[in-house]
Amino acid sequence: MFCEKAVELIRELHRMGDGQLPAFSEDSIRQVLEEMKALYEQNQSDVNEAKCEGKSELIPTIKFRHCCLLRNQRCVAAYLYDRLLRIRALRWEYGSVLPANIRFHMCAEELEWFNQYKKSLATFMRSLGGDEGLDITQDMKPPKSLYIEVRCLKDHGEFEIDDGTVILLKKNSQVYLRIKLSYIHLNTHFFFIDDYFYIIVRLIVLYIAQTLLKK
Amino acid sequence: MSDAGSDFSGEDGSQEDIMTPAELIAKLEETWLNERFSPELLENKSEMVECVMEQLMHMEENLQRVKKGDVKASIHRMEIDRIRFVLSSYLRSRLQKVEKFFPHVLEKEKSRSEGDPSFLSPEEFAFAKEYMANTETYLKAVALKHMPPNLQQVDMLKAVPEPCLDCFVFLRVKERQENILVEPETDDQREYVVDLDEGSQHLMRYRTIAPLVSSGAVQLI
Repeated sequence: MFCEKAVELIRELHRMGDGQLPAFSEDSIRQVLEEMKALYEQNQSDVNEAKCEGKSELIPTIKFRHCCLLRNQRCVAAYLYDRLLRIRALRWEYGSVLPANIRFHMCAEELEWFNQYKKSLATFMRSLGGDEGLDITQDMKPPKSLYIEVRCLKDHGEFEIDDGTVILLKKNSQVYLRIKLSYIHLNTHFFFIDDYFYIIVRLIVLYIAQTLLKK
Repeated sequence: MSDAGSDFSGEDGSQEDIMTPAELIAKLEETWLNERFSPELLENKSEMVECVMEQLMHMEENLQRVKKGDVKASIHRMEIDRIRFVLSSYLRSRLQKVEKFFPHVLEKEKSRSEGDPSFLSPEEFAFAKEYMANTETYLKAVALKHMPPNLQQVDMLKAVPEPCLDCFVFLRVKERQENILVEPETDDQREYVVDLDEGSQHLMRYRTIAPLVSSGAVQLI
């Protein structure tokens, strides 16, 4: 039956929930395009016949093939557009550099689209009031607390924070960092200590601060 | 709230009243909530965005001068983080709507007359145009150019869904409104008229109260 391959494309995307990006189905797309070519050529010849020889009984078939062509076009466009939306979400989740296993699932044109999107977004962010602009891909969650405690997974050596202090990041050491800075490195170098543990520590610190202030 | 304490006027000094920083931040929060809960892109408020960014810069500068380890400094830093979050969230919300409805947003911008206020800042407009061009180039390169000649175009205005203006929103009334016409929901009902009292909260279709949101008479919650 016509359009089955096209619907299969949609079903494949629908199956992968959560915005995951499956590999680009180049073969399926090619098959849909070939089907479209065949349908179109059949229609061309039938239209000529109907015109020249007045065979008006061909017209329903022509209309039917045209509907199949439109459906194929719509399915392919929907498949490609939905993939773009997922790729766009990747920029917001992973930042400018995508992990290799995700890049592997993208075709060359999608990578090009991603690069262009990155550039547009960067231009936009830089233009937001003031000289440096505002990085709106940070601050994704409301700030609950000023510092978070993180544990280093790898030896990173010395790291300079924006207020000038230098901290030494050794493997398995635990450090208090300002949340804004932490997000940059979170995906690669650190992980959050449990919130529970952190709340206890913060309460202790506040208690000590209070006692000291009373004196 | 902040050490800056100085008064702020909007970019367009002749028309805007001078606002204190507290008023500016309150206005930012209201605009943010409206933008978050509205299904369509609201009017552009770039002067407010610029003022807030200036305010943030002032606060950061003040903090640099305070000696380290002062407890007040952490509280002020948290305030800065909070304001920056609200501003980022507001701008993100707008950008997401621009991306989601890009053909309609661009069409609206093209067809607005000279005097009407713009819904897009110049930067957002540039971003929307680039986004559209990028997406069209991609679709053409991957599939459309291989399709039969009469199918090589996709009408973006039809392909991309429009914002749903009939969705329900919660709102709080700031200025009393009279004679708001409410459309019937079912065939049995007829349209009727409501008065909105100041301070009352309602759940209505966005379409009914859209002009009141832009005039500032109601606040989406």
